[in-house]
Amino acid sequence: MYSYAMQTLLVFSYCRAKAPAKLFYLAGAFFIALKTAEKETELMCGIAGLISHQRRRESGERIKRAIVLQNDRGNGLGAGYGAYGIFPGYEELYVLHIMASTETAMEQAATFIRRCFTVHKQEPVPVWNRVITDHPYFQFFFVEPAIPDGQRLPGEESDDDYVITKMMSLNKEVQGAYACSTGKDMAVFKGVGTPRDIYDFFQLDNYEGYSWLAHNRFPTNTPGWWGGAHPFNAVDWSIVHNGEISSYGINRRYLESHGYFCHMQTDSEVIAYLFDLLIRRHGLSITDATTALAPPYWATVERLEDLEEKERLTMLKIIYEQTMLNGPFAVLVSFSGGMFSLTDNTKLRPMTTATQDGYTYFASEISALYEMQENLKEIFTPRAGQPVIALYDRPAQNSGVSA
Amino acid sequence: MSIHIEQPGLRSLFQPTFNLELCDGCGECAEQCTFNEIRIEPRGDKRIPAASGRSCGACHRCEVVCPRSAIRIEERPLALRYHGVWKGKDITRVHLQSASGAVALGGLGADTDVPTYWDRLMFNACQVTNPSIDPQREPMETTTHLGRKPESFKERKDNHSASLLRLNLPLVFAPMSYGSINLTLQKAMARVAREKGMLWYSGEGGLHEDLYPYADIAVLQVASGRFGVNPDYLQKASAYQIKIGQGAKPGIGGHLPGEKVLSGVSKTRMIPEGSDAISPAPQHDIYSIEDLRLLIYAIKEASGYKPVCVKIATVHNVAAIASGIVHAGADMVYLDGYRGGTGAAPNIVRDTVGIPAELALAAVDQRLREEGIRNQASIVVGGGFRNSGDVMKAVALGADAVAIGSAALISCGCHSCQRCHSGKCPWGLTTNDPIIGKRLDEDWAVERLSNLVDGWHHEMKEIMGLNGIYDIGSFRGNRLVLRGVGISDKELEILGVKHAGE
Repeated sequence: MYSYAMQTLLVFSYCRAKAPAKLFYLAGAFFIALKTAEKETELMCGIAGLISHQRRRESGERIKRAIVLQNDRGNGLGAGYGAYGIFPGYEELYVLHIMASTETAMEQAATFIRRCFTVHKQEPVPVWNRVITDHPYFQFFFVEPAIPDGQRLPGEESDDDYVITKMMSLNKEVQGAYACSTGKDMAVFKGVGTPRDIYDFFQLDNYEGYSWLAHNRFPTNTPGWWGGAHPFNAVDWSIVHNGEISSYGINRRYLESHGYFCHMQTDSEVIAYLFDLLIRRHGLSITDATTALAPPYWATVERLEDLEEKERLTMLKIIYEQTMLNGPFAVLVSFSGGMFSLTDNTKLRPMTTATQDGYTYFASEISALYEMQENLKEIFTPRAGQPVIALYDRPAQNSGVSA
Repeated sequence: MSIHIEQPGLRSLFQPTFNLELCDGCGECAEQCTFNEIRIEPRGDKRIPAASGRSCGACHRCEVVCPRSAIRIEERPLALRYHGVWKGKDITRVHLQSASGAVALGGLGADTDVPTYWDRLMFNACQVTNPSIDPQREPMETTTHLGRKPESFKERKDNHSASLLRLNLPLVFAPMSYGSINLTLQKAMARVAREKGMLWYSGEGGLHEDLYPYADIAVLQVASGRFGVNPDYLQKASAYQIKIGQGAKPGIGGHLPGEKVLSGVSKTRMIPEGSDAISPAPQHDIYSIEDLRLLIYAIKEASGYKPVCVKIATVHNVAAIASGIVHAGADMVYLDGYRGGTGAAPNIVRDTVGIPAELALAAVDQRLREEGIRNQASIVVGGGFRNSGDVMKAVALGADAVAIGSAALISCGCHSCQRCHSGKCPWGLTTNDPIIGKRLDEDWAVERLSNLVDGWHHEMKEIMGLNGIYDIGSFRGNRLVLRGVGISDKELEILGVKHAGE
C-alpha cells in the first residue's frame, strides 16, 4: 500500500493546497477491483510524457528514448508526438497542422483556411522522406480568426470555439485533409510507422519544447492510418491513450449534441473533446473533470460521511454520466497549463510516474521513466482512477484552469 | 354496447377437456371458473365436469388448480377453408359484429405481426482487446436518476440531487389504475418497488389509503378524468404524470365499466358506486401545447415543484411532440408503445394505431439530443417489454428507464385471456370483486414480482458485463452495442444502429 504521503507527493504547484483529500477518494476508493501489473501483457499501446515545471525547453531526444524503449508495445502501425512551447515568438497564433493525402487536398484545405482565418505564415512541415516514402503532405498554418468576435455565429464566440468549429468542418468537408493539431505554441506529429520512424520523419531533434507527449500504437478495433495515430488534439488539449473505450457510442453522441464531431475513426478521439468541453467550456477543475471521466462507484459514494463531498460526487456522476469512460484506459493529457494522467477505475492499463529536479515524467513502463531520467529517487504508480496532475510553476496567460 | 370476440353464448375458440379416468369429481374446476364454462353433472353414482364450449377464454385457471391434473385446455379453431386474405380471425369478427352492431374489444397489447424490432437487434460482446466484466465478481452498477438534470456542473443548485428520482435499476412498474387492477396487485407492486429501489406508477385511479405509505416512491397520475385528484393527492407523491395518451389506444379515452366500480374504487376515485368511470379522449383543459405548459406548472406549483412526467402514445410525429413536451417544462417523457397493454381497447384501435416503441424511442432520444435538451427530461418507455434483453436494448437506444406492466401481470398468474374488462379475472388480477379478488395473495404476488425483477436485474448486469461496461450510464444511449439483423436501411437509420457485419 502506498502511504498517504506518497499519494500527495505528486501534487504540484497550484494544486498543492487542496488536493490531498480529493486524491484520497480518487485513489483509496477503488480497492474492490484493483488490478495491477499482470494485466499489462494484454494488447497494448505505449505512452510516455515529460514536462518541465520551469518551462525549460529541450529537444525530443529524451522522449524518443522513452518511447522507442517501448517499441514492443506497438506494431508499427502508428506513433506520434505532441510538443508544447515549440514556437517561441508565435505564442499568440493558432498553429494549424494540416495533413492531406494529395497536393490538391492540401490546396483545398489552404483555401478553406484562408476563408476562415488570417494566415500570418504558411510553411511545409520539414520531413525526412527517406524514412517513410509513402506519406501524406503536411503544412503549418500560423493563423488568427478572420472574423472578429461579435460577428460570429452562435457557438463560435470564443476564439477556441471558432477554431474547433472550423476544424470540424475542414475534417468533414475537405476530402482527404485533416487537422493534426490546432493549438497555440504547440504541434502534434503523428503517422503510420514505429516511434523511431516517426521521430526521424518529422525531424523532431529540431524542435525544442517544454513538454513532450509520445505514443506507440497497437491498433485493434480501428484502422491504422495517419489520422488515427495519437496524440489527438482539440485546440489546447492533446491526449495519448492506451486502451479501448467501451462507452465510445454514448460519449460520441454526447459530444455531437455539444457540437463536436468525430472523423478520425478512433475511439480515443473523444477524450480530447471531452476535456475541452468539461474544462474549457464548462469550467471544471482538472480534478472534477477527471472525476467525471473516471468516477468512483456509487457504492463508494454512498459510504461517504462528508455530505458536501457526497453531493459533489453525486452531481458530477449524474450530470456527466454520458462522459464517463468505460473500458480499460490509461490517458495522458497535455495542455498549456501542464500535464496530467488518468486511468480507468479498475486500472486495466498501466501508468507510472516520477518527479525529480523540476521535471515530471509519465510512462506505461517504469523502465521508460529511467530512459528519461537516470537515478530516479522515487517512482509513483497511481492507483485505479487516481489522476496525477503536474502544472507549470507559472500558469499560462489567460489560463483559468485549476487543478 | 360492446362485445368481446369470445362472447358467451357463441361458440368459443377454446374448451377444457377432461380426463375422466383421473377426475374424481371434486368440482374445484367449476368453482374456479368465473365464466361459467364448466358445470358438474351427475353420471351414475359419480359427479363429472362438463364444458359448455361457449365461454372458455383459455385462462387456464381450471387446468392449473385441478388436483388430479385431469384438465387440458384445447384450441378448437373453425376448420375454415384456407384463404390468403380472409383469415379465421377476420371472419369471426365480421360474424360477431354482424350479430351485435358493436365495437369489438380486446385486452393486452396489439395482436399483429408488425415487426418487433427488439428481435432484430443483437448485442455486442467483448473479445480480446477489451476485457468483459464478470458481475458475480466485480462491481456492476445500475443506479439511475430520473428528472431534469443541469446542463453543467456549474449550473447545479444546493442539494440538487434531492430533486431527482433515484432508482437502483432502470425499471418501473407501468401505470395501471386501481380499478382496472386489483388493489392487492397494486400494493404488491408498491412493496416490490420499495424493496428493489424502483418506482411505481398509479395510473388514473387515485391513491387508495392503503398505499399512502408508498406514495413517496409513486408517480401519481393526473389524467383526463381527474379521478382522485385533490390538493392532498398533489402533495404526497415523488412525481406526477399527466396522461395524454396510451399505447394500446392512442387518441381515445378510457372506460372503467360500472361493474368494476365497487366501494373501494368509488371512494378512491371519488365517484358513485356502480357508475361508469369515463376518462375523456382529450384532457378538456389541454387543447394546445400552451395549455399543457399551464397544467405542468399548475401541478408543479401545487406539489412544491415535484418532477412532472407527460405520458404519450407513440404516434407518427412523436419526436416533435416529445420535444414540445420538454420545451413546455416536463421533466420526464413517458413513451407508451404500440404493443402497450390495456384492460380493454377496441381491437381496431389497438391493432392499427400508433408505431412501435423502438422507433419512437430512437427518434425521440435523437431529436432531444439534436436540440440540446436531452438533459432537461428523462425518457421512460413502456409497451410490451417481455424480458431483460428488450429492456437493455431500450436502454442502449436511449431510454432512462423501462416500464413493465403486462410482464408484471403475467408474473402474477395472468395467462392473457384478454377479458380484463369483464371484472371476472379468474386470477384475481384485474378485478376487485370481494370474492374473486381474494385469489391473489399479496405476499405471493410480492415474491413473484420480486423474483422477476431479481432475475432481470441479474441478466441486465450480465449484458453490461459482457460488453465491458460496469455502469449503466455508459450503456444508456450507447447504440454501438447494438447491430441490426435483417432490417432495412431506413429502419437502421431511424434506430441509429449499424447493420450486423458493419
